[in-house]
Amino acid sequence: MVNIGCVITTPGSSKNNKTGSWRTFKPILDKEKCIDCDNCIVFCPDSCVNKQHDIDYDYCKGCGICANECPSDAIEMVKE
Amino acid sequence: MVDIPDKNLLAPGHRGCAGCGASIAVKLALNALGENTVAISATGCLEVMTTPYPETAWEIPFIHVAFENSGAVASGVESALRIQGKENVNVIAFGGDGGTVDIGLQSLSGAMERGHNMTYICYDNEAYMNTGIQRSGATPFGATTTTSPMGSASFGEDKPKKNMPMIMAAHGIPYVATASIAYPEDYVNKVKKAAETKGPAYIHLQQPCTTGWGYPSDKTIEMGRLAVETGSWILYEIVDGKFEITYRPDERKPVKEYLAPQKRFRHLDDELIEKIQKYVDAECEELGL
Repeated sequence: MVNIGCVITTPGSSKNNKTGSWRTFKPILDKEKCIDCDNCIVFCPDSCVNKQHDIDYDYCKGCGICANECPSDAIEMVKE
Repeated sequence: MVDIPDKNLLAPGHRGCAGCGASIAVKLALNALGENTVAISATGCLEVMTTPYPETAWEIPFIHVAFENSGAVASGVESALRIQGKENVNVIAFGGDGGTVDIGLQSLSGAMERGHNMTYICYDNEAYMNTGIQRSGATPFGATTTTSPMGSASFGEDKPKKNMPMIMAAHGIPYVATASIAYPEDYVNKVKKAAETKGPAYIHLQQPCTTGWGYPSDKTIEMGRLAVETGSWILYEIVDGKFEITYRPDERKPVKEYLAPQKRFRHLDDELIEKIQKYVDAECEELGL
């Protein structure tokens, strides 16, 4: 059903689309090595890393920016 | 450090490419401004990937408008809010380089000249990426795109990048800045400053594009950093007419280090790279970097 003016009334409804299925490589974080710099949170294009540095694999597309920007090499990209 | 909010105002599930720089740019800007914000976006990658009908990735009010009129619509939104007495709402417009530097220039120029209290962010990925990498006014010298292809008769784009931030500065608006997603503290500070400015503010943000520039998706931030470290992209702000460089690389790297990892520059021979280096040197000297 198309709304008048194509209005979308539910904010953030793109969450229905789980982009995790796009992924080929999966980031695995070793929390022992993590120095809490928050680079992975700041640079994630898909807002997939929360404040506790848990990665949301429902949406992670596996781009690898978090692993590349991690100064302590705590994130490893592993083939799915 | 950039403050990390409890809730991201750009939701996941959007259709941006893996490693998309535009979504990082918008996420950081919205999180810096908070929920009391209305966003306007011209047609472009951003609009296509965040609002595939009937879904939206925006957690705040968002209006999509045509390529040419995000400046005009943002002016209207700002005026309507002002007349209703809601003057503490941030009005922020986004446009890609196509929607800003080429097609949206006249309405943006009008909005800036009329002095609306709004912020305009151009997320510049240096070509029309959404429609298949066609050249725009912001495409740099030497880059190959589908409408400036390299080959036996051409080396790619033969004109330098249009100097959009200075065109905006020539409007005499109170705040103009350049930024890069690879320097998030600098960028977020500028977004906050722009929003606090009474009157129009313009931020020109360089945003590497994995698909259009041709580099692996994990190098988005690295490319942005190389652009700034080589002097190919200079971070500055102009507050009430006063120009200031906001980030100086310790030692400027040769521009080749920035060009070599990108597919769009891979065909360049040493002579052309030297020409680009000279162009970058001249610009750095002009701006005092």
